[in-house]
Amino acid sequence: MYRETQIISDNSILASPDVEGDLVINVGPQHPATHGVLHLVITLNGETIKRVDPHLGYIHRSIEKMCESLSYRQFIYVTSRMDYLSAHINNHGCALCVEKGLQVEVPPRAQVIRVLMDELTRLASHQLWWGAMAMDVGALTPFFLAFREREMINDIMEETCGARLTMNYMVPGGVMVDIHPNFQRRVHEFISHFRNKIDEYDELVTGNVIFQNRTKDVGYISREDAISYGMSGPSARGSGVQCDIRKLYPYEVYAKLQFDEIIETAGDSFARYMVRMKEMRQSLSIVEQLIDNIPPGDFQAKTKAVLKLPKGEFYSRVETARGELGVYITSEGATTPYRIKFRSPGFSNLSALDHMARGAKIGDLVAMMGTLDLVIPDIDR
Amino acid sequence: MPSANFEEQQWLNVNVDHNEWPGLAKSLRDHPDLNFDYLFCLTCIDWKTHLTMVYHLESTQHRHILVVKSKLDRTQPDIETVSGIWRTAEFHEREVYEMFGVKFRNHPDLRLLILPDGWEGKSPLRKDFEDPVNMVKL
Repeated sequence: MYRETQIISDNSILASPDVEGDLVINVGPQHPATHGVLHLVITLNGETIKRVDPHLGYIHRSIEKMCESLSYRQFIYVTSRMDYLSAHINNHGCALCVEKGLQVEVPPRAQVIRVLMDELTRLASHQLWWGAMAMDVGALTPFFLAFREREMINDIMEETCGARLTMNYMVPGGVMVDIHPNFQRRVHEFISHFRNKIDEYDELVTGNVIFQNRTKDVGYISREDAISYGMSGPSARGSGVQCDIRKLYPYEVYAKLQFDEIIETAGDSFARYMVRMKEMRQSLSIVEQLIDNIPPGDFQAKTKAVLKLPKGEFYSRVETARGELGVYITSEGATTPYRIKFRSPGFSNLSALDHMARGAKIGDLVAMMGTLDLVIPDIDR
Repeated sequence: MPSANFEEQQWLNVNVDHNEWPGLAKSLRDHPDLNFDYLFCLTCIDWKTHLTMVYHLESTQHRHILVVKSKLDRTQPDIETVSGIWRTAEFHEREVYEMFGVKFRNHPDLRLLILPDGWEGKSPLRKDFEDPVNMVKL
């Protein structure tokens, strides 16, 4: 049974954080370790963190309000700008939600292409995270290695989708265009290249004693707390929470695929690191299973030019590289949504940072934030 | 629960009176057969005549999902916080507070989260919010 955390009942900490000798420092909004414009106000006592207070909104674009005046075809493009490292998966979640409302059946070819793109995106995102994470704790080389492999995925994306970061490739009913003739060949090249490189990643960073000392027993969060804080994705799976939407509520062809949900139980930064490292191998295996089995046929279902969702509520859940993305559309039967809510994974994961960091040393803060894998536009929306 | 009524959508929906919500929330989490320990979405919808709070709950043990809705008065919206029950609600309620102007009773730290300090005036996600400078209407 869940036990109450002390923080909520202990109002004295929140009411008067400053005693004699306490120091309040700002990390960000332009601190390089925050990977974006995240502003943390940290109350310190000596080297010990007493409280972390995130100030958000530096990149808030009010995407939810914007979507209320965009049609069901248009609003998907805005969502690439939320979690820009999982652009495909954001689009996917929105497309699924609209399809749920329209009751459109997506052709098998489009389903497989979508899953392929999702997993390539997850790989690219985890690669970037791995490089940035190692850089946060003081190793610069991994960043360049990670970008070398990520570049290959970006090139594949560029060829098929026409963009490298905000792909806007998924549309309601399928994907926008068919895959490029070179797609399969280049993905094969990538697989054979990357398979050895993951081992190199492990040799370089995972087995490194300095890295292990910096991440083990740092940023611990228990399973109950992780659930209570609404954490999802690899960050929650590091604490032993079973939360992979691809396994729990499979969409597209995930139910037919062979892959494992990676779960670690240590709950510290190193556990979250290991989850992502193992997930890369799983994603690579999914890509391998699918790349030679793309069924022929249409890449898009036939839909009307102007989409109208029936009156009601539609909710779709997808697993992005950072966790669970929820798209919640309330429709009044018009061509634009009445209200859209994006439940972004980073927002909830960030809220647990205060809990993790209390009592830790200031030097460990980046090691915690690094393994939460925060993308700020995803948090601010 | 006298005021509750159910409706079947994608998931089971239950409409409750906002005064009964705090007691219900606690039993939803703590009852061994319900055990809704994961609040995966908390938001609000402005229906022009009233506001509706929407809570999406899931049990990580039983894997069932429940959507709880509660009507609020539009001029004086207030409801008890659930941040002591699901910790993720603290951030989500701060977001709803600034975007819809809903007051959460007994919230430990009800401040602006996303909007700049000193923001005054209407709540941006309400339907009657107009910003002539920054809003582009299509």
